[in-house]
Amino acid sequence: MNTRTVMHDADIARALTRISHEILESNKGPEGLVLLGIPTRGVTLADRIGPLVSDFGGAPVPVGSIDVTMYRDDLHRNPTRTPRKTEIPAGGIDGKTVVLIDDVLFSGRSIRAALDALQDIGRPAAVRLATLIDRGHRELPIRPDFVGKNLPSARDERVNVRLAEIDGIEEVTIES
Amino acid sequence: MRHLLDTQHLSRAAALEILDVAEDMADTQRREVKKLPTLRGKTVVNLFFEDSTRTRISFEAAAKRLSADVINFSAKGSSVSKGESLQDTAQTLQAMGADAVVIRHGASGAPRTLATSGWISAGVVNAGDGTHEHPTQALLDAFTIRKRLFGDDSRGRDLHGIRVTIVGDVLHSRVARSNVWLLHTLGAHVTLVAPPTLVPQDVTGWPVEVDYDLDHAIAAGPDALMMLRIQLERMSAAYFPTEREYSRRYGLDARRLQALPDGSIVLHPGPMNRGLEISAEAADSPRSTVLEQVTNGVSVRMAVLYLLLAGERPDTEKEDLR
Repeated sequence: MNTRTVMHDADIARALTRISHEILESNKGPEGLVLLGIPTRGVTLADRIGPLVSDFGGAPVPVGSIDVTMYRDDLHRNPTRTPRKTEIPAGGIDGKTVVLIDDVLFSGRSIRAALDALQDIGRPAAVRLATLIDRGHRELPIRPDFVGKNLPSARDERVNVRLAEIDGIEEVTIES
Repeated sequence: MRHLLDTQHLSRAAALEILDVAEDMADTQRREVKKLPTLRGKTVVNLFFEDSTRTRISFEAAAKRLSADVINFSAKGSSVSKGESLQDTAQTLQAMGADAVVIRHGASGAPRTLATSGWISAGVVNAGDGTHEHPTQALLDAFTIRKRLFGDDSRGRDLHGIRVTIVGDVLHSRVARSNVWLLHTLGAHVTLVAPPTLVPQDVTGWPVEVDYDLDHAIAAGPDALMMLRIQLERMSAAYFPTEREYSRRYGLDARRLQALPDGSIVLHPGPMNRGLEISAEAADSPRSTVLEQVTNGVSVRMAVLYLLLAGERPDTEKEDLR
C-alpha cells in the first residue's frame, strides 16, 4: 500500500483562507450568508471558515451543521449509520445564501442528500458548495463552487482528510 | 439491531444508541416539515392482538414520519377471530412483504416466538406481550427522565445514580418489568412500591428495592416517581379491599405531591385512572411528564424503526439475542 501526503497543515490553512475570500467575493460581502458543515469533518471545516469569513467580511456569519444520514440513498446497502446532530443557526435559512461545506467531494451523493435535507428545513435564496478536496468521479450533476484542491484520483484510491480537532494531525493523504 | 424483544437483554451501549438517535429524531420533529424520506419503500405492520390506542398510534406516527408504509392489523374483525394461528397470520404478512412487524399480544413471549420461529424475515418489535415486557415504553420513560434532568446535555449520558421509584400494580405491569431492567442497565437505582399482593413473587431476583409504604418512599427523595395504572381489566382476584383504600395508601394525592423534593418528576405511562392512582393535581402539575412521554414516544419509536430498518439487514440470527 502506497500512501502519499498531498496537503500539509500550512496548505490546508491557505486553502481555507482562500475559500473564505472567494465566498465573500461571490456573495459581494457577508450579508445573508449561512455556513453549514456536513458531519463529521465538514463541521470542523465550517467552524474554521466561519470566523475567517466573519473576520474578512467585517460582520458575523452564522455557522451550523446539517446531517444528511437520514436522506442518503444508500442506507440499505451499508451497516446502520448513527445520525449526527443538525444545528441550524437561530436566523434559519429562509432567503439566505447557504454555503454547504464538506471535506471531500466524490460521488456527489452526500450533497444530493444535503440538498434534500435543506428543502425540509427551509427555502434558501441560493445554495453553494465548498469542499476542501475535489477528487472527481461524480455520479450526479453536482459541481463545487469553492475548491481547496483538485485532486485527480483513481476510483479505488482512498483520500483521507485528517484535521487536528478530530484526528490530532493536520494532513490530506491519498492511499493506493 | 435485528429485533427489539425486551430490555432485559439490551446492552447499555445499545440502549444509549437508541436514546441518542431518538434525540436526533426529536430534533427533526420540531421542524416545519416533520417527514423524513429515510424508510421510503419499507412496510411496517402493526400487529395488535390486544386493544391499544396510544402505542399503536405512536408506532403508526413514527413509521409515517419516516415515510414507511403502515399496515394496521387488529385481531378484532380479522381472520384471528375466525381461529387463524399466529403462524398463519405471520406467514401471510411475510408473503405481503412486511419489513418490520410491531406486535402486541396477550401471551408473554409471543414476539420472541415470532422472531425466532423462521416464519418471517421481518424485524420484530415487541409492543407489549402479556405481563412480560414493553420495551419501547421503558425506553421512552428513560428518554423522558434523561431529557428532564439533563436537558440539551442529554446525549450520550446514562442515568447513573438517579433514583426512580415505581409505584402500583407491578405484578401485572410489563411496563414496570421493562423499566426495571432498562433503568438498572443505565445505572439508576430502582425502588418498587406496591401492596404486598401486587408485588411479583420472583422480585427477589430483580435489581430493585421493595417498599410497601409510599410515604416512606417519597421521604427518601426520589428523582422520578413512576405511577403505574391499576389494570382493572387484568385483575381477576381481589388484590386490595377497595379502590378508595388503594387510592388512600398508594395514590399520588396533592399532599404526597407536595412532599416530593424540588426537581423530581412524575411519570405515568397512561391511560390514567384519575382519582385512583394519580390525582388531578398531580396529573396536571408541572412535575407531570405525561404529555412529554407521548411526544417522546414517537421519537423513540422512530429511532427503533430507524435502527431496525435503515441499514443492511444482518443475515444471522445471532445478534438479536445479544
